Amino acid sequence: MSAIQEEEFTQSKVQWSTWKKLLSYTRPHRRSVAMTLLAMAVVAMADVVGPYLNGYAIDTFITPGRWDGMGWYIAISLVLIVISSTCVFTFIYNAGHVEAGICHDIRRDSFHRLQELSFSYYDKTPVGYIMARMTSDSSRLADTVAWSLVDLCWGFGFMVISLVSMFIFNWRLALVMLAILPPLTALSLIFQKRILTHQRNVRKLGSRITGAFNEGIMGARTTKTLVREDGNFGEFTRLSGSMRESAIRAAHYSALFMPIVMTLGSLATGAVLWLGGWQVQVMGLSLGELSFFLSLSNMFFEPVRHIAMIFAELQNSQAAAERVIGLLENQPEISDTPEVLKRFGDSFEPKRENWPPLTGEVTFENVSFQYKQGEKVLEDFSLEVPAGQTIALVGETGSGKSTIVNLLCRFYEPTAGRILIDGVDYRERSQLWLHSNLGYVLQSPHLFSGTIRENIRYGKLDATDEEIERAARLVGADGFISRLEKGYDTPVGEGGSRLSTGEKQLISFARAIVAAPALFVLDEATSSIDTETEVRIQAAIEKVLAGRTSFIIAHRLSTIRNADRIMVIEKGRVIESGTHRELLAARGHYYELYTNQFVEEKERALLAGAAAGQS
Amino acid sequence: MNRYRLKALWGFMSGARMYYLIAVASSLLTECFAFAMPLIISNTVDYGLNGKPLRAPAFIAQWIEGLGGAPMLARNLWIPGVLLVCVMLLQGVFMFLRGRTVSMGAETVARSMRNRLYDHLQRLPYDYHVKAETGDLIQRSTTDVETVRRFFSAQFIQAVRMIVMLALALGILLSIHPLMTLYSLALIPFIVASCMWFFKRIQKQFAVVEEADGHLSTVMQENLTGVRVVRAFGRERFELAKFSVANRDIRDKSIRLTRFFAFFWSSSDMIVIIQQLVTLLVGVWYAASGAITLGDYIVFNSYVGMLLWPVRQFGRVLSDMGRMLIAMGRIDEVLKTPAEDSGDDPQAPPIDRDIVFDRVTFGYDDKEPVLRELSFTVKAGETVALLGTTGSGKSTIMHLMQRLYDADEGRITIGGVDIRRIDKAHLRRRVGIVLQEPFLYSRTIRENIGITKDSICDEEVADAARVACLHDVVEEFEKGYDTLVGERGVTLSGGQKQRVAIARTIIRDCDVLIFDDSLSAVDTHTDAIIRSELRRRRKGITTFIISHRISTLKEADRILVLEDGRLTQQGTHEELINTDGLYRRVWSLQASLEADMEREAISV
Repeated sequence: MSAIQEEEFTQSKVQWSTWKKLLSYTRPHRRSVAMTLLAMAVVAMADVVGPYLNGYAIDTFITPGRWDGMGWYIAISLVLIVISSTCVFTFIYNAGHVEAGICHDIRRDSFHRLQELSFSYYDKTPVGYIMARMTSDSSRLADTVAWSLVDLCWGFGFMVISLVSMFIFNWRLALVMLAILPPLTALSLIFQKRILTHQRNVRKLGSRITGAFNEGIMGARTTKTLVREDGNFGEFTRLSGSMRESAIRAAHYSALFMPIVMTLGSLATGAVLWLGGWQVQVMGLSLGELSFFLSLSNMFFEPVRHIAMIFAELQNSQAAAERVIGLLENQPEISDTPEVLKRFGDSFEPKRENWPPLTGEVTFENVSFQYKQGEKVLEDFSLEVPAGQTIALVGETGSGKSTIVNLLCRFYEPTAGRILIDGVDYRERSQLWLHSNLGYVLQSPHLFSGTIRENIRYGKLDATDEEIERAARLVGADGFISRLEKGYDTPVGEGGSRLSTGEKQLISFARAIVAAPALFVLDEATSSIDTETEVRIQAAIEKVLAGRTSFIIAHRLSTIRNADRIMVIEKGRVIESGTHRELLAARGHYYELYTNQFVEEKERALLAGAAAGQS
Repeated sequence: MNRYRLKALWGFMSGARMYYLIAVASSLLTECFAFAMPLIISNTVDYGLNGKPLRAPAFIAQWIEGLGGAPMLARNLWIPGVLLVCVMLLQGVFMFLRGRTVSMGAETVARSMRNRLYDHLQRLPYDYHVKAETGDLIQRSTTDVETVRRFFSAQFIQAVRMIVMLALALGILLSIHPLMTLYSLALIPFIVASCMWFFKRIQKQFAVVEEADGHLSTVMQENLTGVRVVRAFGRERFELAKFSVANRDIRDKSIRLTRFFAFFWSSSDMIVIIQQLVTLLVGVWYAASGAITLGDYIVFNSYVGMLLWPVRQFGRVLSDMGRMLIAMGRIDEVLKTPAEDSGDDPQAPPIDRDIVFDRVTFGYDDKEPVLRELSFTVKAGETVALLGTTGSGKSTIMHLMQRLYDADEGRITIGGVDIRRIDKAHLRRRVGIVLQEPFLYSRTIRENIGITKDSICDEEVADAARVACLHDVVEEFEKGYDTLVGERGVTLSGGQKQRVAIARTIIRDCDVLIFDDSLSAVDTHTDAIIRSELRRRRKGITTFIISHRISTLKEADRILVLEDGRLTQQGTHEELINTDGLYRRVWSLQASLEADMEREAISV
């Protein structure tokens, strides 16, 4: 279980400010909230009226043995039944509406915020964490807010109405009932809290058990080769044993709670029976009224239990609430200045008419950058690239070559120095302006669910089918696409899972081409793909780069060879720079890197080729 | 089919049956006391206040008469009050006992299911895990177990409770007034049937919402993992629009689901209240006409009230039972898959002997053989390197050496003993293998390296790590050897993982070591250091090395060249570079580099 998963189970004190913020999400659904509360109040009233009618029947019909008014009685009862059923429908439907609405709104706002947050946020926040906020947390909070309102309204409603009516009928019996209220409430609160704490413990162990199964199944083959079965099983039985213990302990409190509360409630019932019976004998309390009181005393602990449950639930959801609010209130580190926003618009409402064209001249002016304080990745880096040139960046993992590209794309901004595009600091233009002129192909191509056509169109939303197919032809993707049963309308599966890596790469090239960008960034793949695809991708790259300012994080020799300038980066500094031929002649780092790769690539081709030749 | 499943269910309950026996008994007593409460009230009213005869078993009646009868009771109304509290207290005791034993039973069943699954999964053959759908297996081990557990902890006892309550209510009410009983319970079959219908229907609705939920998750997940693509193409607005469609879709579908629920609960509420009203009216009729007493009237109304609300859950229990049986079937299916065994009379001979492959043929799943009549001998203590084309069967040889698979034809002997007669655990303990993409457990680095040891000695771990060129890397971590690996802690690079795997294998002191391309992700420099460390350490250990790096291969005592499942060449480095073949072609790449470079420089 990760530290983040651990966090799911922390418990914090209820902070009303957090809930106030969440409660503001009910505002757009005022009508439904009002309907829910109204219906709930009626239901609470009906729950008191029911026993009353029962008692009334005793006094009016049974005791005197008469039938007068029976018709009316039935009619009123039926009307009440219809009203109460309608109210039940109304409150469930409306509370469901509020719940779904709040959940929808929280997700909408979070998603909106996520589109604005900077890469620095994504670097330190795992996708799983964000997903958990967006899925389970938000639905749980919506559930808590909507149904707590229902329970609260019914609980208080029922308690107030029944107490008031009891006081009206018989203040002595009402006082008896009132007396057990404080211990009942205290007990309920204590127990609900305990129960929830234990349940959380059980959930925590549950997720550890899932983790253990996950590891047991994923690692089964390794376990076999290490003959670790008995050791693993021993550990697992300890885990499943403590799960059993915890679950039983949690159930213990639940099992204890109801009997205790009911016994406490029965004190009231017993007292009412005794005192009420005495009043029947001495003070002329009617039997109907006695029955009414007995019924209420029986039902009285329900609202207390509900209210105690709400408090426990609020406490339980506090952490989730804080996390969601935290996400919503997160401020993006990179944002456009108000002047820029005013002139060029934001990412959702761009003012394209004011956008200047981008020709592709790029200048890094004494740029420094650090992801974390004190860990300089790039220092005083300067570079001038005339429009249309291809720059290849070469270096080991962590050398800073990806940082240069990230800065160029304005995924991060320099901590010192400036980056100029067409001679202007890019912070004086909107982010969307730069991104709309950018072609970007990732090392691991990311596709979206949908058809191949939709994925290519991602580069240019208003691209015609003709444009899409032209782009696909240009990168040489049309061959495999036309072999697919549905051609361009073939769904690629979740994340492109139905296509091979090479095919995905070709589509991501086509996607970049259809955008016709002035700037092109290529984070080239190292993963081995079959030779045939490699040749095709190579051809695609050459076509894509023609006439565009390009930055390439290069691994493949052929791409490097043709670049206008190759820069070897080490620890944030350029240690060698020049054309392929110049660098080879220099016999330095580049030479070593190149020759090593050369042998490896040939070797791979030989071993794979031999297999292909013989089978 | 269902009968078989019920039998399996009974099997899973072993060790917990006693708990359930107590739980059922407690449930019976709980409901008896619960049903006693309205009887106390009705008798107080009838007997104590209204002077009607006492409705109780004869011996209780006699006893009360002996104490002074109705007048005494009327003077001391605290007696029924206290009695009521006592009955409630007793009910509480048994209710607690019921809850407690049910949870003990359910958790015992769940634990034994989990343990059996975990144990069995580990003992299933290697091949099973190669083909297994991990997600599905995890689902069975977690969600399905949970479904069964929940049935045992909640629905089972609810069903018992319902049956007990119905029987008690029928018994008592029929003894009071049979016809009135009929009127009072007339709608119950209808309520149960409609609830069952509803809960069946609602499953489909849930599936619809779940599907929409899944779609929304996909949209989110793709947006988040593809955040670079989204930003680089400036598609924030497009993404928001796409998300909004999915978000609205699930909202509307959830609302439709609640409407369904609202309709069900309100209409079933109505039926229940109507049944209560019928009871009340009929009761009034009979009571006013003197056919039943006021106390009886109270009893009827109380029992019907107590019975009707839980009856609604009965439909749910029945529909959940179907789901539980399906989940149990899925668990049983895994447990039914035969586990691996070492055959009759497994032996544990010494493994540090000559290894002979004698015309070994092997293919996965009756497909075309991967190895064809492969024969070679490896002397004890010899280091043998394997070079082969992609898919030539190098790794398969390693699988056979650990008996992860057995040869189809021919035989493999170690010191003259056919390995099919050797105990698998023994063989695997003596033959260490380092896979190309090793799996590390999510524990500390120390625990990973010492995973096969009963007690972990720090010195040994550091020693093994040093051989694998890992020690310095680990020392740089903030927590050193206590650094957690994987999801919970640091993410190791491919090369680092390989080195942990090497360390955890060499710490075992095996007789045979196999490196299945295990240094592919390590740079050539580190590779060389590790190899020299290993050479120093593995004196006398038979070693297999699969690699395509000539520098690695040439150090071996002997090199085997495999092509398409056949042994095409074998010999020392010197011998092979003087013979035409795959090995020389690979080796000559290095030599031809200089010439190629010259050509390169000119061609640019």
